Amino acid sequence: MPTTMIFVPGNNPAMVQNAGILGADSIIFDLEDAVSPDEKDAARILVRNALRSVDYGSCERTVRINSVDHPKWKEDIAEIAKGNPDSIVLPKAQRMETVEMVQGALEEAEDGQRSIGIIPLIETAEGVERVFEILCCSPRIKTVIFGAEDYTADIGAKRTKEGSEILYARCRILNAAVAAGVEAIDTPFTDVNDMEGLKEDVKVAKSLGFRGKALISPRHCKIAMEIFAPSGEEIEYALKVIKTINQAEKEGKGVVALDGKMIDAPIVARARKVLKLAGMEGGNHE
Amino acid sequence: MNKVAASLRKAIELSELKDGMTISFHHHLRNGDYVVNMVLDEISKMGIRDINVAASSLFPVHESLIQNIKDGVIIGLDVNYMSGPLARAVSHGILDKPVTFRSHGGRPRAIHEGSLKIDVAFIAAPSSDAMGNINGVEGPSACGSLGYAIPDALCAKKVIAVTDYLVPYPNSPISIDQTLVDWVVKVDSIGDPSGIVSGTTRVTKDPIGHIIAGYAAEVIQASGLLKEGISFQTGAGGASLATAFHLKEKMIAKGIKGSFGMGGITGFFVDMLEEGLVEKLIDVQCFDLDAVKSIKNNPDHVEVSGSFYANPGVKGCAVDNLDVVVLGATEIDTQFNVNVLTDSNGIIMGGSGGHSDTAAGAKLTIIVANLLRSRLPIVLDKVITKVTPGDTVDVLVTERGVAVNPQRKELMDSLKDAKLPVMDIEELKAAAEKIAGKPREISFTDQVVGIVEYRDGSIIDKIYKPTGSER
Amino acid sequence: MKILRQTRAGSLESNDLMVVMKPLGDREGIKLEINSIVQNQYGDRIREVVTEVLKRNGIMDAYIMIQDRGALDCTIKARVETAIKRGL
Repeated sequence: MPTTMIFVPGNNPAMVQNAGILGADSIIFDLEDAVSPDEKDAARILVRNALRSVDYGSCERTVRINSVDHPKWKEDIAEIAKGNPDSIVLPKAQRMETVEMVQGALEEAEDGQRSIGIIPLIETAEGVERVFEILCCSPRIKTVIFGAEDYTADIGAKRTKEGSEILYARCRILNAAVAAGVEAIDTPFTDVNDMEGLKEDVKVAKSLGFRGKALISPRHCKIAMEIFAPSGEEIEYALKVIKTINQAEKEGKGVVALDGKMIDAPIVARARKVLKLAGMEGGNHE
Repeated sequence: MNKVAASLRKAIELSELKDGMTISFHHHLRNGDYVVNMVLDEISKMGIRDINVAASSLFPVHESLIQNIKDGVIIGLDVNYMSGPLARAVSHGILDKPVTFRSHGGRPRAIHEGSLKIDVAFIAAPSSDAMGNINGVEGPSACGSLGYAIPDALCAKKVIAVTDYLVPYPNSPISIDQTLVDWVVKVDSIGDPSGIVSGTTRVTKDPIGHIIAGYAAEVIQASGLLKEGISFQTGAGGASLATAFHLKEKMIAKGIKGSFGMGGITGFFVDMLEEGLVEKLIDVQCFDLDAVKSIKNNPDHVEVSGSFYANPGVKGCAVDNLDVVVLGATEIDTQFNVNVLTDSNGIIMGGSGGHSDTAAGAKLTIIVANLLRSRLPIVLDKVITKVTPGDTVDVLVTERGVAVNPQRKELMDSLKDAKLPVMDIEELKAAAEKIAGKPREISFTDQVVGIVEYRDGSIIDKIYKPTGSER
Repeated sequence: MKILRQTRAGSLESNDLMVVMKPLGDREGIKLEINSIVQNQYGDRIREVVTEVLKRNGIMDAYIMIQDRGALDCTIKARVETAIKRGL
């Protein structure tokens, strides 16, 4: 369950070898936009070698392959599967058929020991319209990422920092993700030096219900983490909720109230989620 | 009265410079300096031999000294820092007499106490009048502070000011005054001021540098020193300057104002002064032209001597007032000893400068370094050359973890409480070797090419000629 | 396997290496030149890694020139492998 996913150019050894310490929960080794057409072969070999030998600690390891309209997308999968990543990120995911095709290629390439996840990158108008069926079509899908740059280009809108042009897509993807039981990760903020703009953008994403953000700069990691992390108030309230229901269970009470408000199942579930995000798993901490 | 000598040669003749004497230079023009080469060229032509050159630092531009050595004009060197072809030639054993390496504080100590006796000091003077009232802020070769030249001017038997900008009497402001100067020589040019730029003056884009700097700023905060009136010095290198950048952000966020910034001063520090984030700058040397402009115009940007800066032999030097210093390293060992003098092949490429002085003086000494520098682990069992002793170093910050000197137990606890990735320095070393493999050790001959003198005058290490370095 | 054409892979960026590979005639063997900024510390290791990749790919005859900028083993393997694939 990543909060931050960072894109790392797949043909840059310095970045590839250090990807585990950039501060993100998840690494996306990029074979697509960050790699020039005549270096695609070199990048997939480099990433496969790195996946096999570099220790990325607790980071989730994912690889953005080239989209299925690229003539060599299958080579990406064949090569990368040997490195056994946690997931591949599938760009321009817009139909069930695409996902199924990629799933087929993965099944062929896998050693059968472990199933490699698929993270659809929703970045076209069609992808947004079909997002729910895409997310439901494979058990390999646990996470979805929204890509706003290609999406705005597709719909012919100007990308702004405020992001009103992507509000519909964000909400649509998020809603579909929740309905499909998938984690939704928001689009990267592309101005590397605008930390205030980043903060606003991450706050909007969090307020809409996103659980994390894709990033293109390591300097964005910390800020994004801090904003997504539950606030002190949220943690305090969650701890109170858990304490109250634990107490109630001990006393055999069925219905309990906290500060005059009835505590029902969704409130308990949310409290547990907050504590999990805060690294206080289980909610048994006092 | 007029002290202007007709030529450089005339001034040298008047100084009665003889075979075997010691001459001195300061290095504020850094790699843009013309004076060292010019003087030695003249001395060579005059047939004087066996000269000892005590230059606060020597740079790639001073390559022609190699020929002076081969010709027998120069017999010995005494420096705080040396880089470029001359430094490599020294490593390869060009001099019979080992070079003495000092620190920026150790040199004025040695000069004032008389263990480094200077017969003739040559002062590269960006502006001077006919009586030898000198400053560094006017003229075509303005380089700002003249701090390192001041002990030389005070203690040398004879002082020759070499200037390309002779102004009507009396010159002002005055950094070195007429009571100390014997002769003034006018030449075409003393140097190229663009050559004073040191290290990187732009904040790095390298993400690893920012990770290190981010941790270093957290270390400063966790140490409790990030409070109103903080004083600090950072180097001009990538991660070091990036730390200043992160520290500045923290100061702005917390509304903290510092008392002073010190060291080789860059435009970054000038901005902090102008933005009101520090009260003063203490400047022994300008590292870029923004600093030169500022020291000329801003009364809160203060020029000080090498002694004021770091001399341990005086009644108080400024490094002892530092809260925090952030320094680089080419190697650090598991005892926290630091090498900034020789490279990984044992070849001379630097020197202490103010490294060991500030480390000794500051309340908190942080070394920032990439754990791997082009594959080479920064942490070793033993540094090739010990320059700054481990007991003056508090924390090593790398991109993969922070190691605290075990002598600083309280600090270690504070950093752990602040959730910094605190590791044993041995663990850091093991982590580096796991990634890169264990490097093969370099072997040395028993020929001593340099002696490293600590700031107090004790010998802290010797530099040997590496085997197979015959070039 | 035979190298049929001159190829190159990698770059001279920090932590990378440039591999240039040229065909050689049968039984001319492997001619390997290594130039590294960490030659003294890792020169032997680099030779070992390159030789291993050549062997694993069945390359018997080739001229290989390496200019190394402090690459890790995994990068060296990847670049040599890329050069081979491009040269077959």
